[in-house]
Amino acid sequence: MPTDEEELYQEHILDHYEDPFHRGRLPVATHSHEDKNPLCGDVVRIDLQLDEHGKIADCYFSGEGCVISQASASMLLEELLGKTVDDVKQFSAEDMLKLYGARLTPNRQKCCLLSWKVMQSAVHSPVNGTGE
Amino acid sequence: MSTLAEPTRVTIDRSKLLPESLRDDFPILQQQVHGDRPLVFLDNAASTQRPRQVIDVLRRVYERDYANVHRGIHTLSERSTEQYEEAREKVQTFIGAEQAEEVVFTSGTTASINAVARSWGDANVQAGDEIVLTTMEHHSNLVPWQQLSARTGAVLRHIPITDDGLLIVEEFDRLLTAKTKLVALASVSNVLGTVNPVAEIARRAHAAGALVLVDAAQSVPHHKTDVVALGTDFFTFSGHKMLGPSGIGVLYGRRELLEAMPPFLGGGSMINRVYLDHFTPAELPAKFEAGTPPIASAIALGAAIDYLNAVGLDAIDRHEQELVRYTYERLQEIDGLRILGPPVEQRASLVSFVLAQPHAHDVAQLLDQQGIAVRAGHHCTQPLHDRLGITASTRASFYLYNTPAEVDVLVDTVRAIQERFKPKGRHRRPKTNR
Repeated sequence: MPTDEEELYQEHILDHYEDPFHRGRLPVATHSHEDKNPLCGDVVRIDLQLDEHGKIADCYFSGEGCVISQASASMLLEELLGKTVDDVKQFSAEDMLKLYGARLTPNRQKCCLLSWKVMQSAVHSPVNGTGE
Repeated sequence: MSTLAEPTRVTIDRSKLLPESLRDDFPILQQQVHGDRPLVFLDNAASTQRPRQVIDVLRRVYERDYANVHRGIHTLSERSTEQYEEAREKVQTFIGAEQAEEVVFTSGTTASINAVARSWGDANVQAGDEIVLTTMEHHSNLVPWQQLSARTGAVLRHIPITDDGLLIVEEFDRLLTAKTKLVALASVSNVLGTVNPVAEIARRAHAAGALVLVDAAQSVPHHKTDVVALGTDFFTFSGHKMLGPSGIGVLYGRRELLEAMPPFLGGGSMINRVYLDHFTPAELPAKFEAGTPPIASAIALGAAIDYLNAVGLDAIDRHEQELVRYTYERLQEIDGLRILGPPVEQRASLVSFVLAQPHAHDVAQLLDQQGIAVRAGHHCTQPLHDRLGITASTRASFYLYNTPAEVDVLVDTVRAIQERFKPKGRHRRPKTNR
């Protein structure tokens, strides 16, 4: 039986999987990005609404894939809503893995970091026009 | 996470099974993983395990007999050459080929198909010619033809499948034209478990003047093969899927076809005479065996064939059919589980399935935690998964050493996974500082 530390699918992760934070599209998005994880075939898209101060006024994610990729997207958005673009840039891969909680093998870390990667790109990807 | 053992109405007929003592021949199966979980190896469609008898032959070759073949006069070379050619004859008999020269050793099914696509394809296929494939093919029997199409301008067509994963043979008749040069298909689907009507397809293809290539990677290991009765022109399979070592496979081709084909890889062994600026090719089968062949692997493949013959392919088939029926019926008892492919009476010994939640990779991870090895993903059949409307599936595939108790562990664990991840009215807890 895996220990709590090894348990990949802790209860709070299943909570986010079944009851995700802000799953859907954001029609008023100012920024958006989508990426895939080739290992699992996970897809995550993040839509952001940034205000004139660079604050995330609203954010939504959509996509499909393994529990880790989808639950981590939910957790990330819950964490970063209301934060600034600078906060996003400061939020490291380590921070993402800590936010997720359970210890992951290198392969499954890719699933967890997919939404983090998408978020890092999304703040640089305006919906209209070229990147900053 | 524990398993959920529930009483089942499904029974198993043990008189159809092979003796479990067979497992003692497979050292790798005796281990435990994740602490104390016995290994339950259900990933045989990807690759199988080797009995001691095959491992011992590899060791014996390297400890006693090994040297390069064909080119030496010394004792060890003679010994190795004799055993290498004896392995070829074992393959010939195993698949019912008329001549040993029609059996070419390659590095596997993929290499074999590539050899035909290049050597036969480049010489015989032109712009506007058609090649008929199927929607269910493994990438190894799709990509080489896509590459051929890009080189030559040939057109690819695909026999469609029903939602149950059966080939729509009536559509095949419509796709066959005077321009069809080749029909290439799997004898057994590595995802659906569909057993294709190869002999019938071959008959119709030949009537239209087309050749037939069969990707037999998933059928040769599991039941008797007779390439002449099937009427196929090219036939490919891999040693590692039939208790043999890695890195060896077979291309069977009818003699007159192989003789007419230019060589594929160039180098030593496949030549007759080499000048500075040109060469003449060797006779069959050497013409298609450039360089030093996989000598020890071929000899060990011969030992794998000996082992399969000793157990008996009919007995293996009967064992697997009973196991897959038991698995299929037990899996059907699980809510919200979708089994891919045809009904159990028409399938080979594998079952791929999809749960509503979670994703196939999560299922495979959770099964692994209980010691169960399955495969998850697209199984090198992305077009098939597109057709089925899914991105990934989980596959359990059986061989002669699997047991009903292993099926019970698989099914009970899958049931527990379904139970744990099904919608339960969970809610996110308010965000706290973690």
